[in-house]
Amino acid sequence: MADVKDLERQLAQWEEETLKPTLEKRPERQEHFSTISNHEIRRLYTPLDVSGLDYERDLGNPGEYPYTRGIHPTMYRGKLWTMRQFAGFGTAKDSNARYHYLLSQGQTGLSVAFHMPTIMGYDSDHDRSRGEVGKTGVSIDTLEDMETLFQGIPLDQVTTSMTINAPATILFSMYLAVAKKQGVSWDRIGGTTQNDILKEYIAQKSWIYPPKPSMRLITDMMSFAKDHVPRWNTISISGYHIREAGSTAVQELAFTLADGIGYVEAGIEAGMDVDDFAPRLSFFFNAHNDFFEEIAKYRAARRIWARIMKERFGAKNPKSMMCRFHTQTAGCSLTAQQPYNNVVRTAVQALAAVLGGTQSLHTNSLDETLALPTEETVRIALRTQQIIAQESGVAATADPFGGSYFVESLTDEMEAQALTYIENIDQMGGIIEAIEKGYPQKEIGNAAYLYQKQLETREKIIVGINEYIEENETPIETLTVDEEVEKIQIENVRRAKAKRDAGKVQKSLQKLEQAARGPDNLMPYILEAVESYASLGEICDVFRDAFGEYVDPKWL
Amino acid sequence: MASEKTLRILVAKPGLDGHDRGAKVVARALRDAGFEVVYTGLHQTPKMIVSAAVDEDVDAVSLSVLSGAHMYLFPEVIKLLKEKGAQDIQVFGGGIIPDEDIPKLEKEGVAKIFTPGATLKEITSWVRENIRSTKEAG
Repeated sequence: MADVKDLERQLAQWEEETLKPTLEKRPERQEHFSTISNHEIRRLYTPLDVSGLDYERDLGNPGEYPYTRGIHPTMYRGKLWTMRQFAGFGTAKDSNARYHYLLSQGQTGLSVAFHMPTIMGYDSDHDRSRGEVGKTGVSIDTLEDMETLFQGIPLDQVTTSMTINAPATILFSMYLAVAKKQGVSWDRIGGTTQNDILKEYIAQKSWIYPPKPSMRLITDMMSFAKDHVPRWNTISISGYHIREAGSTAVQELAFTLADGIGYVEAGIEAGMDVDDFAPRLSFFFNAHNDFFEEIAKYRAARRIWARIMKERFGAKNPKSMMCRFHTQTAGCSLTAQQPYNNVVRTAVQALAAVLGGTQSLHTNSLDETLALPTEETVRIALRTQQIIAQESGVAATADPFGGSYFVESLTDEMEAQALTYIENIDQMGGIIEAIEKGYPQKEIGNAAYLYQKQLETREKIIVGINEYIEENETPIETLTVDEEVEKIQIENVRRAKAKRDAGKVQKSLQKLEQAARGPDNLMPYILEAVESYASLGEICDVFRDAFGEYVDPKWL
Repeated sequence: MASEKTLRILVAKPGLDGHDRGAKVVARALRDAGFEVVYTGLHQTPKMIVSAAVDEDVDAVSLSVLSGAHMYLFPEVIKLLKEKGAQDIQVFGGGIIPDEDIPKLEKEGVAKIFTPGATLKEITSWVRENIRSTKEAG
């Protein structure tokens, strides 16, 4: 590299002789340029911006610490990312049909969306479930529904991601029970439970119990899976929802990694060795509109996580240091207005995720601000990934932006800002204490409100919302979930409850209750209850009694 | 001096869904526009919302529903308000609500539905122009 002094002199000369006359003739479009997260972007990045970068220390080759350039040596030359479309609606039968369709279209993994009652731990026949059955995902009440959901899908031939948090141990147990019935041994199944309760308190707010017992359920599952289901990703530590709740990119990065630190600390506190469970922790990030900011975010995430695991937690297994992640394009970036534009937004976001080295990807469908997607719109979303993979050429080399003056600078800056947030959280005593103070929640709320105000003053532009508006648009056809679904599923759950061995159910729930009040790992008890066809709501009720319920602190 | 009475608005999240970004942004905008805002917090049943509305003596209830359960939740809140003799409390709201459902909700007594892309200014102006104090006689 040329001498720094030389470069500085050349840059000063360029500013004086080349730039200045241009600016005099034609000033720039704006005084300041910034990312969607209000991170200032400079006019030009040069070798001077990365003069402190040490290739071996800060980047490393792909597959090597600190994994900035990717976790696999060959990246997508070896294996493309997993194309995994999140899907679920109506009854288990309805969703099973959608899964068969997606697999027939070349999708390579399943991703289950559950309806709100399942997510919140209520059966479909509960009063609180009125109006919600099958609306935002599939309704699962008992093991019988889970058997239907995976009918004709051998669990040793797909991997399955389940977006379930507070009741994750129960759905995981149902999945294990289905595998057993299919004759598939647990060491041959793979997949992920989201199981990230911390981001629920922070962002998505689908909690049931208070933080402490919730963390115990998680460490019980981590411990059980390491012994019995070694290919299962026990937690998908999620920034996605943090971003959807309105955070900036740096907040998404920082709070997600802070949650990760919280889980590692909990695992160690529960008596496990860090290398016994950390290799099965995975991450889940958002892919928002700001292309380079997103790429830098993923690169920074890998570097920060590797260093935290090695330096802070003394991990020795390289797999513990690898930030493996799923990405979903940003639902909150899509517009109800001119919905076909969403295909373009999603393509740009998906491209950022791939250039950032994601391990799996969900691309949103164009109609998702209006309803759940139709088969046609889901197909376009999946094809978007296939076009990026097969036609664009971006999958041919690892970390194509490595060494870019701009991307490396942005990666460094985001890392530094995220570390400041993590330090603040450490000073509060850790992520649970920070959550109890409302720190991440309030930071995100402020960012969301600021962004909305920036849209209204047109400081930020969204096509079709505050610029290039079209009047009298023709509405598009959307999917509606038949109101009959609620009646059908209520009948399903009542029938399932009527035909089981009531004594066996009672006994398993009593044992579960005792265990919940004691120190044992709860997984075997949950499994027994599930296999006796105790319902999700019944099991959650046992925990509600034993653990109590978390109530929204109502911060604005 | 005959000052205009400050309107009190209850911002509520009915149902099981926890996506409160919209509710909170709207609540803050209403507060910044000079209204008194009471926020219920999450996971509220229609019954809880109606008793909060009566106890807090509000002039309007604003519901945010993104979960597809709007056809149940909006009418249920209106029905329970009537049962409590509080039908003068107006109900409006927003969320992921398909266009074809809006006339049906209006028929059920919902004063206004805002959909994605609505601006804070539209919402606060609408409240200023359309919500009247329930205590005008006093």
